[in-house]
Amino acid sequence: MSVLPYLVAGWLFLLGCYGMVTSRNLVHTVACLTVTQSATYVLLLTVGFRAGASAPVFGDVPVGTRVVDPVVQALTLTDIVVSATVTAVLLALTIQIHKRHGTVNPDELRALRN
Amino acid sequence: MSRRARVVLFALVAPVFSVLFVLAARGLPSFGSDFHPYGDRAVTVATVQRASANVVSSVNFDQRAVDTLGEEFILFGSVIGTVVLLRPSPEEREIGHPEEGRVLPTTRLAGYLLLPVSVLVGCYVIAHGQLSPGGGFQGGVVLATGWHLLYVAGRYAALRRAVPQTVLEVIESLAVAAFVALGVAGLGLGGGFLANMLPTGSLGALLSGGTVPVINAAIGVAVAAAVVLLLAAFLEQTIILRRADHQDPP
Repeated sequence: MSVLPYLVAGWLFLLGCYGMVTSRNLVHTVACLTVTQSATYVLLLTVGFRAGASAPVFGDVPVGTRVVDPVVQALTLTDIVVSATVTAVLLALTIQIHKRHGTVNPDELRALRN
Repeated sequence: MSRRARVVLFALVAPVFSVLFVLAARGLPSFGSDFHPYGDRAVTVATVQRASANVVSSVNFDQRAVDTLGEEFILFGSVIGTVVLLRPSPEEREIGHPEEGRVLPTTRLAGYLLLPVSVLVGCYVIAHGQLSPGGGFQGGVVLATGWHLLYVAGRYAALRRAVPQTVLEVIESLAVAAFVALGVAGLGLGGGFLANMLPTGSLGALLSGGTVPVINAAIGVAVAAAVVLLLAAFLEQTIILRRADHQDPP
């Protein structure tokens, strides 16, 4: 059973990819990308988990207490910030696409190009 | 690539990925194991040498601060990208008096009451980043969210007037520059870029962790300005800008 949390990350990744592949709206595509990226949060936090350990903040617990891995938590924080900023740029692009072409359906955009 | 081709490609690749991922996951250390050599060393450095009670902050702003500098520039770059992408185009005009949406008096009151509270919480979260969960990134987002309670309270015009976009852009740039300046100061005083050259204080004190609270403050300002700029660009698109040939409904 110890593999299960890793599989959740893989499942989230595939779920997001499936959403992007079948998407009919670019806003939906961006949301699916966010889901795909959240798979990396789950994977990182799973790697850093330590059974029965405390959070890596020594405010209320004495130094030397067993804590979960703080390095992957810091990486997850970085990951979330990057995800939020990338989402902003992609949504701005979506707005511009809608202004130029009047649609945000990737299939219709393709038809326009041809 | 057509829709059909995309789905077929996904149907071919997904099973292969699944098999490889399961094999890889079985080779990883088992979930919840006690083997975290890098984490243990990070904890020791943060608590024993640098007196930073929040180890995640210590990793982000001290031990691996160069990574965070890169992340900061991703944030900066995306703000520039979004603001440039969403600038008014020649065929758009600003409408002079955007109609104010109807806001319930209770919503308005809640917005006004919560604005000072959330700004205070944001400052608290930034200032205590080295002690408790939080820090510049989280606190900056809380600050920017609190600021947009003005929009929720129906005062979009006041929100726009209060801090002009140019000022925000300068604040954002200065905050990012302050981060780089701290790095250069570390090079001069501590012997390495972004070295922790300030006295670390004692574990659990408000001023502890050396440069961690200083970098946290710079990041907090940068993130707050960035989020306000991003949201302002999107709000402007929705509320202020119309196509030049657009007729307002009577």
